[in-house]
Amino acid sequence: MARLTDENVTLAKEIIDRYPRAKSALIPLLHIAQEQDGWVTDEAMRHIAELIGVTPAEVLGTGTFYEMFKFEPVGKYLINVCGTMSCALLGADDLMHAAEEELGIHEGGTTDDGLFTLHRAECQAACTEAPCLQVNYRYRFRTTPVEVRQLISDLRSGRLDDEIPPHGTLARVRQHIPADKGVGAVDPSQVTSPPEWITASAEGGAS
Amino acid sequence: MTSFPWAPGFIDGDRPKIVTSRFRYEDSHTLERYLATGGYEGLRSALARSPHDMHEEVRSSTLLGRGGAGFPAGVKWGLTPDGVFPRYLVVNGDESEPGTYKDRLLMERDPHQLIEGCLIACYAAGLSRCFLYIRGEMALAQERVAQALNDAYEAGFIGKNILGSSFSIDIVLHWGAGAYVVGEETALIESLEGNRGMPRLKPPYFPAAIGLYGQPTIVNNVETLSNLPFIATNGAAEYTAIGTESSPGTRMVAVSGHVRRPGVYEIINGTTTFRDLLYGEEFCQGIRDDNDLKAFVPGGGSAPWFLPDQLDLPFEGRLVGAAGSMLGSGAIMVMDSTTDIPAAALTLTKFYAHESCGKCVPCREGGTWLMRILERVVEGIGTTDDLDLLLEVGGSICPGDMPHAASADLQLEATPFPYKMTTICFVGPSAYVPVHSALTLFRSEFEARVAPSRTRSRIPVTAVGAGS
Repeated sequence: MARLTDENVTLAKEIIDRYPRAKSALIPLLHIAQEQDGWVTDEAMRHIAELIGVTPAEVLGTGTFYEMFKFEPVGKYLINVCGTMSCALLGADDLMHAAEEELGIHEGGTTDDGLFTLHRAECQAACTEAPCLQVNYRYRFRTTPVEVRQLISDLRSGRLDDEIPPHGTLARVRQHIPADKGVGAVDPSQVTSPPEWITASAEGGAS
Repeated sequence: MTSFPWAPGFIDGDRPKIVTSRFRYEDSHTLERYLATGGYEGLRSALARSPHDMHEEVRSSTLLGRGGAGFPAGVKWGLTPDGVFPRYLVVNGDESEPGTYKDRLLMERDPHQLIEGCLIACYAAGLSRCFLYIRGEMALAQERVAQALNDAYEAGFIGKNILGSSFSIDIVLHWGAGAYVVGEETALIESLEGNRGMPRLKPPYFPAAIGLYGQPTIVNNVETLSNLPFIATNGAAEYTAIGTESSPGTRMVAVSGHVRRPGVYEIINGTTTFRDLLYGEEFCQGIRDDNDLKAFVPGGGSAPWFLPDQLDLPFEGRLVGAAGSMLGSGAIMVMDSTTDIPAAALTLTKFYAHESCGKCVPCREGGTWLMRILERVVEGIGTTDDLDLLLEVGGSICPGDMPHAASADLQLEATPFPYKMTTICFVGPSAYVPVHSALTLFRSEFEARVAPSRTRSRIPVTAVGAGS
């Protein structure tokens, strides 16, 4: 598995430049690695460590704290069935059973064809739309066991490819700060005075 | 009383609106719609004043933080130490409290309103860089905010010399990666620095003193900031005209669980009662299937539970605190008469046990103990001893009196919020809260589940060498 591609290195550098300290880019860069390979490989972590000037162990240390990063291959579609309070009150278990039956795997497992991984997830911030689930972090609200089976069949057939990108792809719109418009990040040790508009205002108005 | 297919969960109403006024438009997330509906007027109005005046305006609005603690935003901004620069704004968009969602809707449906709020806060408090931390699992919110930021940069609302003024700021979109505890503000800062999201030891109690990169940092919630364009445009007086003196303005509240019409509502702060919300025609329209209400969680999964006895309390922090709970993040979860109370408590305890970052022993060990003991009670293999053990383990996380609601049936007086805690943050206590509430208010349901304890032969413990 791979280090970051040239294209992703360019993107990584753009992201690193937004932070006063490079290590802040660690989590965004892990997302890029996961988008590239579908999971976070050792090689990618070594590469990230080089890019932000920390040890590979620090990248792993931070990365493993966070639920979304997977350090072994997962299915193309990660199905997270919410199991917290409101969803539990309104039938989350039924959704999980339907998904388990349809996929022939247990919670936590991956199908042999590498297409699906099934997890029970914690609260997904859609509690009034319970029970809910996410496929690669795209929601399905107020869903039923029948709809879960249909969803799996639609994913299998590729009918939802436009809506749901493969696991690892998070936001398909990225922030881009134009070079001529951005203020730029400065190391905090280089700044000691108030920002310009505060000084200007003390001398009589910002505009 | 309308809902919009493009804003699933949100239910509109004929009430004053501050943060959801654009939700009726399908394209509310676009810059075009934002500008056509008074967008960025608050920023212009702020720039026409001195930062100090703008800060005072927010201070006099008594805008309370919407993340859970309810601390006044204007006061928080003033806690930065004099003469220490640079100062940062970190936006807490890591919404993960069970039952809660409103920040996600605000980011998906009106990202420019949030951006404008960030700009006003940075201008007023002299914060020179803004980091907008969005929960990782919210892919759509990240896309919408990214697009809005790109458009706002292009249009000159963010960046160098905004609208021709000396005000220059970058707003950096940051992706989270799934960790509930990161919603705690010092954990959020740790995460933003590229570390494991573990809360920092206090004091300092506020990152306003020492925060991101050791610099003064203001951490504000998405909903809090989304109120600022209204305050800057219309003034604090118009804001405080809505709601009550101690809780002005509106609040977004998500009501979920066993109600007829679960939804996210923007309600008038301080006066709307829980009965209005759960039974009102314009809100949830009663309990599903005409069942009786058994209990409800009034302020997110971390909040002690309420009974029907508390229905007439208004949505006001101090009153709810005196009654033994908290408003927290504006999330009500409703349980009807069919609810298996020990099982419901278990889902919440499981959540907090799972989300423990592991830094504080009482939370790391205690949360898991609570979960495992409760699991065997729910599965019917527990004993009466287990119920006492739950309280004992909980007592090591929250020593002393625990807040709980009053109950006429049980002839129980309320114990007011808050609790004492042996942990740095609220995750540990939150694992115990549902256990304590459920056991205090519904003990008979637990007792019906457990077998009498067997008398065990105890192995006497004697000191080595004693008695020889």
